[in-house]
Amino acid sequence: MEPFTTHTGIGVPMRRSNVDTDQIIPAHWLKRVSRTGFEEGLFSRWREDPGFVLNTEPYARGSVLVAGPDFGTGSSREHAVWALQQFGFRAVLSSKFADIFRGNSGKQGLLTAELDQGDIELIWKQLEAEPGTEVTVDLPARSVVCGDVTAGFRVDDYVAWRLENGLDDISLTLQHDEDIAGYEQQRPGWKPTVTAAVD
Amino acid sequence: MSDTSGMTLAEKLWAQHVVRSVDGEPDLLYIDLHLVHEVTSPQAFDGLREKGRPVRRPDLTLATEDHNVPTTLGPVTDLTSRTQLEALKANCDEFGIVHHERGHRGQGIVHVIGPELGLTQPGMTIVCGDSHTSTHGAFGALAFGIGTSEVEHVLATQTLPLRPFRTMAITVEGTLPDGVGAKDIILAVINRIGTGGGQGYVLEYRGPAIEALSMEGRMTICNMSIEAGARAGMVAPDETTFAYLRGRPHAPTGADWDAAVDAWRQLRTDDDAVFDAEIVIDGEELSPYVTWGTNPAQSVQLGQSVPDPQTAGDDDAQDAARRALTYMGLEAGTPMREIGVDAVFLGSCTNGRIEDLRLAADILRGRTIAPGVRMLVVPGSHAVRQQAETEGLDQVFLDAGAEWRLAGCSMCLGMNPDQLSPEERCASTSNRNFEGRQGARGRTHLVSPAVAAATAVRGTLSSPVDLTPTDAPQGALV
Repeated sequence: MEPFTTHTGIGVPMRRSNVDTDQIIPAHWLKRVSRTGFEEGLFSRWREDPGFVLNTEPYARGSVLVAGPDFGTGSSREHAVWALQQFGFRAVLSSKFADIFRGNSGKQGLLTAELDQGDIELIWKQLEAEPGTEVTVDLPARSVVCGDVTAGFRVDDYVAWRLENGLDDISLTLQHDEDIAGYEQQRPGWKPTVTAAVD
Repeated sequence: MSDTSGMTLAEKLWAQHVVRSVDGEPDLLYIDLHLVHEVTSPQAFDGLREKGRPVRRPDLTLATEDHNVPTTLGPVTDLTSRTQLEALKANCDEFGIVHHERGHRGQGIVHVIGPELGLTQPGMTIVCGDSHTSTHGAFGALAFGIGTSEVEHVLATQTLPLRPFRTMAITVEGTLPDGVGAKDIILAVINRIGTGGGQGYVLEYRGPAIEALSMEGRMTICNMSIEAGARAGMVAPDETTFAYLRGRPHAPTGADWDAAVDAWRQLRTDDDAVFDAEIVIDGEELSPYVTWGTNPAQSVQLGQSVPDPQTAGDDDAQDAARRALTYMGLEAGTPMREIGVDAVFLGSCTNGRIEDLRLAADILRGRTIAPGVRMLVVPGSHAVRQQAETEGLDQVFLDAGAEWRLAGCSMCLGMNPDQLSPEERCASTSNRNFEGRQGARGRTHLVSPAVAAATAVRGTLSSPVDLTPTDAPQGALV
């Protein structure tokens, strides 16, 4: 995973609440078996509208998405994170993220920064008044700067540490192999296994 | 675990599965069962191969084909779907995982087959790369959806690093009126707390109306916990749970059964436990719920009308409501019962179990569906399909004019050929009414199986009380 410390890029205002993962990447894109090529599917139904924000310059070159509350609800598809990243996004700002989406983002190095809704509104106004305004997201400082607006954000400290260091979760867990084996020793014998029953 | 007084059910399960707990880090939680399907797994298996990692516990891992499979006989003609199904089979063969492919009697929607095979048991941690994994919480399991990175993590380590959830009690008091069921309870809950109301929580459903539900009903409720933003929903196991499990292929037997039931009986929220949040719903006041908008919280009771966006709350909520009405092609003030549909979908991990099919068949028996309406009946699993055929339900559906299909996720998410056309309107027993969910520009109204069946007969959103015993096919009451 590529480490994330600070990032500066064009902010994209998305004044919508409840942007679910079916909108971020519709289901038919999920038939792919690779991890790449999802950028075309990003918001593909909304992008059929020429006026959609990502179809207009300078937002088409944006890398910081500033979204309404409850971003990433619905399906667990990590393809939503891949699509955002492959389109060029490095961070999403919102006042509220769906749990699974936030978890998936943290695994992949897409920063989900949780701001107060009042700060989101100020950033939207700034971005709409001066399209193309760059947003700087500083993870160690937990701060966002956009024009005259400076705001703090919240992110899980452990996730932030992993992002800043670009650490792979599985390698970290495998260091605790003995703990896992120890736990397995004391699991009750009646717990089911998939292979035990007559199939 | 030595002293569990004052703990909620979710906290007990968490404590029983902690492998490692260190200040400042997430807890490492052991996973008892990992369910795998074709859509969210191929990239995870690729990750294992790249790093040369094996699957730690193939014996705690089960794969099935569900999201992509056609529900008609014959080969998989969609090339990308076929590639994905073949990838799952190849991955399972390579890593030694049991795999239920099309035609296998254990094939079906992942959340239907787990319980049906007796693999889903109280007190377990269960994960799957699918948000509706919350379904399994109906057995008093801690079950939640994960992303593909986490799928890889569980395959490699049989654990997940997680922060503890907060707990919310949802108590449903009283007795449900006739014609009101589990789907109406959960739609009412989501309406009440919103699509984000459950974020960060495990929901525990309790109270007399929940205890009176069958396992199928409890699964319907836990299934849609994610639509309220909660990763998991649970119901404490009881005699209903034990009776459902006894004798199933993977359920314990003999002395193991007794030991298991003894352990399962401890899985209750202590009387002195404190939830982080609590809500109470009066079951007596419920009536059938239907959605009018494009998220599952945008619902009203069937007897009401499409709401005016101006009553939707703050500016953003009003804006969202207006956008939803435009998408749905609806006008505020229209009585819900006057909304005509083009299609009815009965199925999915929410309502594709045998009890759902029986309920709908009872309503459709001797009736025919309205002209111009197509109805798809898609059993949740191969076993559900066989059971329904044994009971003659397939003939009831066919006689009524519905299509009787093979098991799969089907029109719930439209990854296979079962999709709505643009602007086609559907009464659906599934779980999401998102834009385009059932097909590009398709319009979804989430309903219960009873409402789905009555709607199919009348052609407009209806409940069984709208039908008379001699109701004509065209729907004489319209």
